[in-house]
Amino acid sequence: MQELGAAPGLPSGRVIIDGSRLGGVPSGQLDALGRPRRVACVSCHAQRSATSLPDAAGELREFHAGLTVRHGELHCSSCHDDERTHELRLASGEVLPGSEALQLCAQCHGPQTRDYRRGSHGGMRGYWDLSRGERRRNHCVDCHDPHEPAYRGGHPVHPPRDRFLSEPTHAPEAPHD
Amino acid sequence: MTKVNRRVALKVVGTTLGAGAFAQAMAPLREWARDLSLDEFLQRHYRELDKEEMERVLRRLEEETAAEYGRDVHIRDVRPMEDVQFGYALNLSVCIGCRRCAEACHEENNHDRATNNSYIRVLEMDQGSFDLEQGNATYDHEVPAPGKYYLPVQCQQCDNPPCVDVCPVQATWKESDGIVVVDYNWCIGCRYCEAACPYHARRFNWHKPELAPEDINPDQAYLSNRIRPAGVVEKCTFCLHRTREGRLPACLEACPTGARVFGNLLDPDSEIRWVLENKRVFVLKEELGTRPRFFYFFDE
Repeated sequence: MQELGAAPGLPSGRVIIDGSRLGGVPSGQLDALGRPRRVACVSCHAQRSATSLPDAAGELREFHAGLTVRHGELHCSSCHDDERTHELRLASGEVLPGSEALQLCAQCHGPQTRDYRRGSHGGMRGYWDLSRGERRRNHCVDCHDPHEPAYRGGHPVHPPRDRFLSEPTHAPEAPHD
Repeated sequence: MTKVNRRVALKVVGTTLGAGAFAQAMAPLREWARDLSLDEFLQRHYRELDKEEMERVLRRLEEETAAEYGRDVHIRDVRPMEDVQFGYALNLSVCIGCRRCAEACHEENNHDRATNNSYIRVLEMDQGSFDLEQGNATYDHEVPAPGKYYLPVQCQQCDNPPCVDVCPVQATWKESDGIVVVDYNWCIGCRYCEAACPYHARRFNWHKPELAPEDINPDQAYLSNRIRPAGVVEKCTFCLHRTREGRLPACLEACPTGARVFGNLLDPDSEIRWVLENKRVFVLKEELGTRPRFFYFFDE
């Protein structure tokens, strides 16, 4: 859990951003609800001392093979720490746990971070009035895959139904002109 | 035996005709009685009900819902909060037209299932165009489509609402927190308000809404999402049964892209105020002077 309250004047303490999903990679299997089952980074990286990071995902042969990266000109080591590969690294060299990825994204995506902090980017649930209840906010990675961050659309839900088309007993209305 | 003179005969004929005419004039009442209880017929306007009467009305509506729809619901009378003026903003740069807001509205507000009714209509628009009449509300392909943008339209909660002005029976009015509401039990279904709204934001119940018991949202309020009777007009209330208790509206919670920003316009630190002060904000059909509480904006 990570709390957001750095910007002055913003309420803090009741806005919750859950970054716990960041501590792993998809295993390729689905859980009972159809969501990808994740494996914690340390499951492998605690056992195996990492070789130095490759420049691009295409060079991965044994693990993480087939990973697509479409994220600007970034190399693996732009975000992942070269030695502690299950952790992240800021441009300053500071090492971050995976759950703190928000700070890492913020290094490049300034306007989005500003909008996020001000509540005008990213979905949320809960209370607008924080004196009455808490608010849960999506993390960057809830919507953007860090390796392929462009937001994917999909098929729209809930098409409007014309009541005249579904009821053949009624004569269709003349178009309004 | 009294002599039946001309005067008496006229009295008898007059009385008979009068009684007949009266019965005929009252016939609609007998018709109504079939789907309208006497209590409901005699019920006063929402703003004239005292606490006790309101309580009786709410319990009666709960009983009617249980009898007609087979579901125990809780209907409350939720009043405006002190020092709160609601405002809503929508970021057109990130809306992808997925219609999840419309779906959430449909479920939250106990809309008729057969018609997929919703207070939100998402218009697919050509980039560079702003003609609402050219918007397509029935698009059925992958979104976002190239060359298009998406404009969700719902009640703009105008500060100068034309729909309120035209109501002949004052069944719709603007509340102190800015929400335009309808007393569904006072509405006569003339649809003047529907015609007056420049945003096509009002809906008319052509039929009694059809809902399975398990589909009903039991958390209801008199002025918002209780199941509306046939023949009345209904509209978006910014989910007042949620927002007047501090919660976010259902359409905002459903939005996967975070395009929607809701809050108290009187709070200078609120998200909505930050958007109004820092983004390129506009309202729909500003030239009409309706002064909407619903704002649209773009990212730079």
